[in-house]
Amino acid sequence: MPDLEARRVIELGYGGNERLVMNMGPQHPSAHGVFRMILTLEGETIAALDSVIGYLHRCHEKLGETLTYAQYPSIASKTDYVAAMTSELTYVMAAERIGKIEVPKRAQYLRVLVAELQRIASHCLWLGTWCLDMGGALGGGATVFLYCFRERELVLDLFEALTGARLLYGFHQVGGTRYDLPEGWAQRCRDTVALIDRRLDEYEDMLESNTPFLIRSQGVGVVSRELAQEVGIAGPLLRGSGVDFDIRRDDPYSSYGDFDFKIPVETGGDCYARYRVRMQEFRESIRIVRQVLDGLPEGPISSKPALKSVGQVRIPKGETYARVEGPRGEVGCYLIADGGPKPYRMKWRGASFSNLAILPHIVPGHKVADVVAIMGSVDPVFGEVDR
Amino acid sequence: MRDVIAAFILLNAVVLIVTYLTYVERKFAARMQSRIGPYRVGRPHGWLQPIADAIKLLIKEDIVPALADRPVYNLAPIVFLIPSLLIFATIPFAPGLGLADLNIGILFFLAVSSLEIVGLFMGGWGSNNKYALLSAMRAVNQIISYEVPFVLTALIPVLLAGSLQLSAIVESQRGLWFVAYPVIGQLAFIAFIIATIASENRVPFDILEAESELVAGFRVEYSGMKFALIQLAEYTHMFGVSCLGALLFLGGWLGPGSAHPVVGAAWFLLKALFIFLLVTWVRWSFVRIRVDQILGLSWKVLLPATLILLMATGFWVAWSGGRVA
Repeated sequence: MPDLEARRVIELGYGGNERLVMNMGPQHPSAHGVFRMILTLEGETIAALDSVIGYLHRCHEKLGETLTYAQYPSIASKTDYVAAMTSELTYVMAAERIGKIEVPKRAQYLRVLVAELQRIASHCLWLGTWCLDMGGALGGGATVFLYCFRERELVLDLFEALTGARLLYGFHQVGGTRYDLPEGWAQRCRDTVALIDRRLDEYEDMLESNTPFLIRSQGVGVVSRELAQEVGIAGPLLRGSGVDFDIRRDDPYSSYGDFDFKIPVETGGDCYARYRVRMQEFRESIRIVRQVLDGLPEGPISSKPALKSVGQVRIPKGETYARVEGPRGEVGCYLIADGGPKPYRMKWRGASFSNLAILPHIVPGHKVADVVAIMGSVDPVFGEVDR
Repeated sequence: MRDVIAAFILLNAVVLIVTYLTYVERKFAARMQSRIGPYRVGRPHGWLQPIADAIKLLIKEDIVPALADRPVYNLAPIVFLIPSLLIFATIPFAPGLGLADLNIGILFFLAVSSLEIVGLFMGGWGSNNKYALLSAMRAVNQIISYEVPFVLTALIPVLLAGSLQLSAIVESQRGLWFVAYPVIGQLAFIAFIIATIASENRVPFDILEAESELVAGFRVEYSGMKFALIQLAEYTHMFGVSCLGALLFLGGWLGPGSAHPVVGAAWFLLKALFIFLLVTWVRWSFVRIRVDQILGLSWKVLLPATLILLMATGFWVAWSGGRVA
C-alpha cells in the first residue's frame, strides 16, 4: 500500500534516505477545490501519494431522505456543480423508473439538449483549468483558461435564458422538465454552438502544435486498459485507455437512441489521450445538440401537472438504480421509495470519486509538476467526490 | 560627486521604467487574452495602477515565519535586488549617456547578473518552507545550466565586434545589426532569446515560481515590501537582459537621428521594449515544461548548438581576417 509507505518516511533525514513529505492542499492553487495530497518526495520524484478527501461533505444522501421528490432535484445539482444538469437528470430518472412514469418525447429531447450543452460547458471548464495547472496562472495556461471561460459563458447565457439560473438550474422535475424553450432560443443556441465549433479549431491549433504542451501531456500518467477496468474509472478516462463504453449508447436513456453520434476512443491512456477524447466529445455534443434542435417534437413538456406543493409527487414502493453518462463519467443514483413523498434511502455514485481512485496507481514515479497535470486530466469536481 | 548624482538619477529612472514595464506587460497580456487589463486606477486606462500596487505592498504587514532563518530570510530580497540594479552601471543608453562604459562591460554584466542566484537560494532556504526549498533547488539547477549557453550566445557579438566594450559592440553594428548577419545572427538571436527566458525564469521555464505546483516557489513566504523588492528585482533583471539583447543584436541606440543622445536613448529603449514584449509573448502562449525537460533542453540542445555557433563565428571571423564588422 503506497500510503503506509508514505507514513514510514523520515522527514528530511540526512542518513541517505532523504525523503521529503510535502502537503499539497486542501488550499492549493491546483487542488481543484479542496483535495489534499500528501506527497512523499525523493528529490523531485514522487515516491508515494496519500490522498485525503471529505473537506466538502454536505450530507447529500441524508438530505435526500428529508426532501421531497419535488424539492430534491434542485439540490441534486449541487453534487456536481460543474455539470448540474446531469445530476438532476439522474435523480428524476431514478424516481420515474420506480414510479413507471412516462416522460413526453419533447421533454426527453429537451433533457438531451441540456445534458449535451452541459457537457460542452463542463469540458470548457476542464480544458481551461487543466491548462492552468500545466501552464500556471502567469503563463500560457491562463490564456487558454480565459478563452475557455469566454465560451463557457455563452453556454451559461443560454441556460440563464432557459431557466433563469447560471450554475444550479432546477430544470428537471419528475415526469418531464420545468421549462420550455423561450422564443428565439433555438436560433441563439445554433449560433452559439456554431461559434464554439469554430473556436474548438482554434484551441486545437494553439495546443496541438505547441511543443511544451505536447511534452507535458504525452506519455504522462498512463493508465493501461487493465488498470482502468480494475479500478473502475469511468467516462473520458476510461475511453482514453481504450475501453469503448458509453452509457448513452450502451444503456440508452432519454431517447439517446434517436440520435447519431460517435463514441471517441483513444488507446494511449496518457493525459494527451484523455485530452483527445474530450476534444472529440465536444464535437459530438455539438452534433447531438444540432440534431435535437432539428427534430424537436411538439407536445407537452411534462406528464405531471405543474408543481403546486412540495409533497405533490408520490412514488410507489420500489427501488432502482439509474445511471447517466455525465461529462466525467457514470453518474448514478440508487433510490429506495416507500410510497410517500420522500425517498426512503438514496445513494449517489459520483464519477469523480471513482476516477480519483486512479491517482495512487499512476502518480508515483512522476515528477511534482506531473501531479498537477495528471490531476487536471482526471477532472475531478469535489462537490461530487465528497457529496 | 557628479557620478553619485548620475547614479541616483539612473537608479530612479530604472526603477520607474521597470514599474511601468509591469503595466505594459499586464496590458499586453490582457490584449492576448481578450481582456482589458488594469483600468480603474487613473484615467485613461488605469495608468496609475503600478503606483497603487507599490503603495499597497508598502503598507501591507510584513510577516516573518516563526521558524525562518531570520538574517538569511531578511537579507535575501536585498541580495536579490542589488545585482539586478548593478547591471545598469555599464549599460550605455546612448553615446556618452551611461554611468561607466567599462572596457570589459559585457563581462561585468554577465558576472553580476549571475549573482542573483545567491539571493534566490537564500530566500528559498531561509523561508523554511518545503515549497520554497524545492523551488530553490530547481533554481540552482536551472540558472546554472542556462548561464552557460547564455554566456556563449553573448560571446558571439563579442567575436563579431572584436571588443568586450558594450559601446564598441554597438558602434561596430553601424553597417548592419548583428541580428541581420546571415544565419549566424538569427540563430544566435534565437538562442539568446531562449536563454534569456530561462535566466529570467519566465514561462515556459518558470519552474521556480510554478504557482500551480509550488504555489509561488521561493517567494511563497514573503509579503509586503520584501515581496515588492523581489518582484522589482525580477523585472529589473528582465529589463537589464532586454537591454543587453538590444545592445548585442539590435544595434543599441543606432537609428535615424541617433546622433542626438535623447533620440538615441529612445531608440535603445524601444528596442529593449521589443525584446521584452517578445519574451512576454512567448510567456503568455506556452505552458510550463518540467524540470528534467528543461535541463535536457539546456545540456543536450542549447549548449551544443551555441558551442557550434560560436565556433562557426570564430572561423568566419578568422577567415575574413579578424574584421567582420
